[in-house]
Amino acid sequence: MRHSRISKALGAAAALALAVSACAPGGGTPGGTEAPVDPNKVISAYSNEPQNPLLPANTNEVYGGRVVELLFEGLRAYDPNGKPVNALAESIETTDSQHWTIKVKQGATFTNGEAITAKTFVDSWNFAALSTNLQNNSFFFESIEGYPEVSAVTKTTDAEGKTTSTPAPTAQTMSGLVAKDDQTLEVTLLQPEADWSLRLGYSAFYPLPSAALADPKAYGENPVGNGPYMMAKETGSWVHDQSISLVKNPDYEGPRKAKNGGVTFKFYTDPGPAYTDLQADNLDVSDVLPSNALKTYTTDFPDRNATKPTATNSTLNIPGYNPNFQGEAGKLRRQALSHAINREEIAKVVFNGTRTPAKAYVPPVIEGFKADVPGSEVLTYDPAKAKDLWAQAEAIQPYDASKPILIASNTDGGNKEWVDAVSNNFKNNLGIQAEIQPFAKFAEVLDLRKTQSLVSLTRAGWQGDYPSMYNFLGPVWATDASSNYEKYSNPEFDRLLREGLTSDTTEGANAKFNQAQEILFEDLPGLPLWDQNRAIVWSNNVIKAETGWNGAIRYFDIEAK
Amino acid sequence: MIRYIVRRLLQVIPVFLGTTLLVYFMVFALPGDPIAALFGDRQPPQSVIDALRAQYNLDQPFIVQYGIFLKNLFTLNLGVDFTQQPIAATLARIFPVTAMLAVEALAIQAIFGVAFGLVAGLRRGKLFDSTVLVASLVVIAVPTFVLGFVFQLVFGVYLGWAKPTVGAQAGWGDLLLPAVVLGLVSFAYVLRLTRASVTENMNADYVRTATAKGLSRPRVVLAHILRNSMIPVVTYLGANLGGLMGGAIVTEGIFNVPGVGNKLYQATLRGEGPTIVAIVSILVLVFVLANLLVDLLYAWLDPRIRYEA
Repeated sequence: MRHSRISKALGAAAALALAVSACAPGGGTPGGTEAPVDPNKVISAYSNEPQNPLLPANTNEVYGGRVVELLFEGLRAYDPNGKPVNALAESIETTDSQHWTIKVKQGATFTNGEAITAKTFVDSWNFAALSTNLQNNSFFFESIEGYPEVSAVTKTTDAEGKTTSTPAPTAQTMSGLVAKDDQTLEVTLLQPEADWSLRLGYSAFYPLPSAALADPKAYGENPVGNGPYMMAKETGSWVHDQSISLVKNPDYEGPRKAKNGGVTFKFYTDPGPAYTDLQADNLDVSDVLPSNALKTYTTDFPDRNATKPTATNSTLNIPGYNPNFQGEAGKLRRQALSHAINREEIAKVVFNGTRTPAKAYVPPVIEGFKADVPGSEVLTYDPAKAKDLWAQAEAIQPYDASKPILIASNTDGGNKEWVDAVSNNFKNNLGIQAEIQPFAKFAEVLDLRKTQSLVSLTRAGWQGDYPSMYNFLGPVWATDASSNYEKYSNPEFDRLLREGLTSDTTEGANAKFNQAQEILFEDLPGLPLWDQNRAIVWSNNVIKAETGWNGAIRYFDIEAK
Repeated sequence: MIRYIVRRLLQVIPVFLGTTLLVYFMVFALPGDPIAALFGDRQPPQSVIDALRAQYNLDQPFIVQYGIFLKNLFTLNLGVDFTQQPIAATLARIFPVTAMLAVEALAIQAIFGVAFGLVAGLRRGKLFDSTVLVASLVVIAVPTFVLGFVFQLVFGVYLGWAKPTVGAQAGWGDLLLPAVVLGLVSFAYVLRLTRASVTENMNADYVRTATAKGLSRPRVVLAHILRNSMIPVVTYLGANLGGLMGGAIVTEGIFNVPGVGNKLYQATLRGEGPTIVAIVSILVLVFVLANLLVDLLYAWLDPRIRYEA
């Protein structure tokens, strides 16, 4: 923010200059005939240093994830709307949602010639799930029979009461994974899960060549995959802290065939310089815009920008361990807070339209989303009702002022601005004290959340791993779920989730999940705030770029000229 | 002379221990669990977090962590950073880039600063002098990041003379634009220091003597005025070299230079103690050596200065 005014003025000047210079070459070809697509052009894209060696089951952050997704192909892939399509899978069949038979396409190979068979998947998934291999995404295999054995840990508590978990698997492989023959993979789950096959396009489920299993760390430097792209050179394509170069995999046959010659990910520690590079056509595409460009990117890049909803949402969580939010009074207070937030205005004014007010606990891009789940009226802005509800709560039990309304949030990344706006909503509409509890780093907030020591509220968010309603409900709100830090628990909600998972059809499952959302709207363990839209811009070298369901750019679909 | 150098080098040891201990403590005191911060809302299994914590010795008390760091340093095994990359390789990658940038910036400020300052000093009160003085004042008054953004947009975007950012495989030419931005402010200081010093020395007795001896004007200017005017300038440049090597965080950020400043900034954000302290250790050496070099240059510039053994 410290230089927003200057860079804005300069940005406007730069836009003008671009407009002027854009006229010059255009004048030579009147009528504006479209430049032909160059299928061999290598495009450059915004990124940053991946945090881990490039192993699919170990990559859980965006900058490594975008590389891994281009280097590998899984059993399935997602279309731009998040609909899964078969990729390496010939067919995926089940009769009871618990026993799955997957036919792997014949003749698929890694770029080093190694064949991909059903056994490749068995080995890769066993490697990823085994706790001694310490893969970040190992819990993605938690539904498979035998996972509890390979993921077992022993917990030791030291003299100060600190608990350490050490991997102690009681089996090396999951019993639920069997390669019947070269093409047939049989998977047995611990329980029926109707949406299990939806996640097969996620990177944790990608196949790995044998070299990866032999020496994961060395392999992660120069990975060999089977995706639409491959590393540009056998070694050294990843120049640390600088760039990763990928080229088209000429042998790739699948739903994500590259329409350009390659992608070079250039690393930036700050989106500002990248934005300038885009203006100078020194960078071709970026999905991270500096916050001071949110108001200007549509004019800086006319006809060269796109904004699309993604599967990422934000909530304001209210821990049940705060006595002010327990019992009948607590319930009324949670509703009052929700009615007091003017989501529409904050999305427009603070976020410049890069957020859409939430209608549910699941973003609209996810199949099964319903905008009118009973109870979701609580998301409407209604200051009068909010005030009334708060007064009712006060009548039952006065607010304990030793736990004031503080919204724990890290102040970077533009978070302070919207938390301030929400606090002002609370102050003005409810006549109560509310403000941000500021932290320099996200990790500090996480520490408080993990140890259940928040004063009152906290910001929270979820980015979908795979396009499924369950992914937005289970890991976040189910009892003792991995990211349910506020320890919300409602047996009825858990039951509906389980019923949804065991439904025969996706429609049946989603109906159950929507019923489960009714419980959330009743309990309001967190207030849905808004869903994220992803804005991207591209240079004059690119004809069109697009993001997928999760907001990631579909690099392989980019046409360059 | 040799004993003087040895004694100065021995001073490095307490300075080194003091700074690294201090920096390590400050990183240690940073709030928030750096391992948990590597992951977002979706945390990996606790056993993965615990294993990482053990790998980076974060489960140990502060003084043990520092002791392990020192032991590793002396066995030349710096370990890996939070992205599992060997720290030694990182240092070998970032320091040459920043060194190139620093040398380029230093050359710009030294050559142009001294030349302009000398001419301005010799023509005190004339048009050139006044113009240069006002211009240098303007440069000093404008913050570096403003200069950086303006240069980036003017030369990088409008005129297209240079790439707006540096990025991968930085060469001397790529680094020219950030070097100019980085060197400009100090250039103004060097210019003003040289000018003041030259003005003062022009009236010195030895200059009058030299002129009276019938020496040519260039010889008087270069050998007598300029050389004697260099002492404050060299002191300033020497101290500046250390600062430039420390990474101009702002300039490297604006131009996306993959150097020390950028890495230091990222490592601080991530709370990566070992990386930060490894970088700082090298910087301590650079500072001490740069200062030693300056002190040795004094003797050459002014033969009256002698080093007590």
